[in-house]
Amino acid sequence: MSHATTARTTAGADRPEPEVDRRPLARQRRNRVLLQVACILITLFMALPIYLIALAAMSSRQSLQKFPLSFIPDNFSTETMQTFLQSTGILGGLINSVQVGVFTLVLSLLIGVPAGYAVARFAFRGREPYQLFLLFTRALPIVVLSVPLAQLFLQTGLYDSALAVVLLHSALALPTTILITASVFLGVPRDVEEAARIFGCSPVQAFLKVVLPMAIPGIAAASIFTFVMSWNEVLGASILTLNQRTLPAQVLSSLAESPLAYRFAGGFLLVVPALVFIFFMRRYLTNMWGSTIR
Amino acid sequence: MADISIKGLHKTYPGSTELATNNVSLEVAEGEFMVLLGPSGCGKTTLLRMVAGLDFPDQGSISIGGRDVTYLPPQDRNLSMVFQSYAVFPHRNVRTNIAFGLMMKKVPREELERKVEWAADLLQLSPYLDRYPANLSGGQRQRVAVARAIVMDADVLLMDEPLSNLDALLRLDFRAELKKIVQQLGSTTLYVTHDQVEAMSLSDRVAVMKKGQIAQLGHPITVYEEPADRFVGGFIGSPPMNFLDGRITPQGGLEVGGQSIAAPEFLARAAARTGGTAVMVGIRAENISLEQRGAEGSLDAAVEVVEPLGHATLLTVDLGGQTVKVQVPSTARVSAGDTVGLRFEQSALRFFDTETQLGLTA
Repeated sequence: MSHATTARTTAGADRPEPEVDRRPLARQRRNRVLLQVACILITLFMALPIYLIALAAMSSRQSLQKFPLSFIPDNFSTETMQTFLQSTGILGGLINSVQVGVFTLVLSLLIGVPAGYAVARFAFRGREPYQLFLLFTRALPIVVLSVPLAQLFLQTGLYDSALAVVLLHSALALPTTILITASVFLGVPRDVEEAARIFGCSPVQAFLKVVLPMAIPGIAAASIFTFVMSWNEVLGASILTLNQRTLPAQVLSSLAESPLAYRFAGGFLLVVPALVFIFFMRRYLTNMWGSTIR
Repeated sequence: MADISIKGLHKTYPGSTELATNNVSLEVAEGEFMVLLGPSGCGKTTLLRMVAGLDFPDQGSISIGGRDVTYLPPQDRNLSMVFQSYAVFPHRNVRTNIAFGLMMKKVPREELERKVEWAADLLQLSPYLDRYPANLSGGQRQRVAVARAIVMDADVLLMDEPLSNLDALLRLDFRAELKKIVQQLGSTTLYVTHDQVEAMSLSDRVAVMKKGQIAQLGHPITVYEEPADRFVGGFIGSPPMNFLDGRITPQGGLEVGGQSIAAPEFLARAAARTGGTAVMVGIRAENISLEQRGAEGSLDAAVEVVEPLGHATLLTVDLGGQTVKVQVPSTARVSAGDTVGLRFEQSALRFFDTETQLGLTA
């Protein structure tokens, strides 16, 4: 005889089991599909212009005269790009832009990262006004800034040099670098730093060996902001330089009189390096060491 | 291995008016396991951090092994420490974590590898040496933190509530393991906890702290059986010590719960002179036994709650309006509502001044 009793048999009258309602499940599935569609649309919105520019830059001049332009590459040639690269000042502009971008990155990180650490770790007098002040520097329009800067650089003999643009771009990049790195350093737990101190590190060693590696995602994000900002910055660079132009400044100055092909090639060349940089930095943006905070 | 000498430490945190530590002095002998025990805010972690060099005192001195270290930065003090949150370095694997302190001291490679193997073996981390902390469980990360500390062979080993983030069962296992390891190493250890069971089980001596001062310092059993004041008696032991209002009569009796039993000599003598004194009586739950109601020398009481704990049964009993916890063997047959007789073990009675709360001794 079975000794097992179930709730049903002891409850008395049998009740039919309620039907499983699958409608919420279908709803969820539908929402997921809609979400995917939205993501695809947004990606297309961003990617399509870049694709079109790349397409146009890689086509021969004749195919550009065809109207409407086809979506599929039918006439691939590097003719447009070659002509563009050989145009006056383009190659020089490219080199200048890369130079300015890299030096701006280095300078703004050298100053910005320790400043961010100080804001995060030390309760010094004037910390809040300082952070506010950093934001205000970005409120000024570049055009307004550049003219007195140009005057200053003329007086000190720095005018029309890559250094002048580097200084301007670093000044523009520092607020975001400091504020981003400060919030990242705040996320590095104090006791990990203290552990480094106990086990033999001076404050600087603790910073370099322990805190900095843990802050890499934030520093990578700040780097992307800085490099792309510097790469795309046109107005200030145009005003501060004459012969040592950065690429956007160079393209801008000759844009009005240039043929269609020139414009597409210029656009392509302007977009690509920034994209390449972002692709490189992407892997540092994620939470690299996993979460060890309970 | 070194001794620690702490003298007159005062510290106030900026922005606060209270003293975090108030003239605290403590001597820890070489190789001794000293536990700082107390509720949150009592100053035990502040004290540990000052010994570590992570905070500096406003006044007072700290010496380790005869050397003054009061204002020395932590990296020069030759200490190692286990943190409450483990603080393992997430960007290094287990092997490098354990070796960190040795690498900073520039220990030669062969010796370093040997020591890391030894520590990993001791803490059963050998299969995990190449893993990263994110891929370890909480208990394993804790072991990494301990391995990192013991591999250093430091003068003093500091621990800040290392077991409090572990789940209950793990805590029990690791407590015993920790005790074994530290005994093996023989290091001078300063251990902070709010868990009195940890303090009892691990310490050679325990310093019970309250509001920035040491309330009592002594061997764990001494502190348990002879608490210096009401706070210590109530903090140590589970369940806490029972405190009853009582009175010593000039005739040498102890009135408690409306009934009378014999009072100790020294108090009876004093009461005879002053015509009776009010006193606070302390007795632990396990030092009270049940008898037939009305038996000679017992106090009548009524059982209110019966809690069978498995290894014993905990009774909540009403003695003349005062609540008393009594621990009886689990075989005792008692129900709520029973009237019983309570016998207090005379030698286990403790007396406290009703105003100062300090213990009264012969």
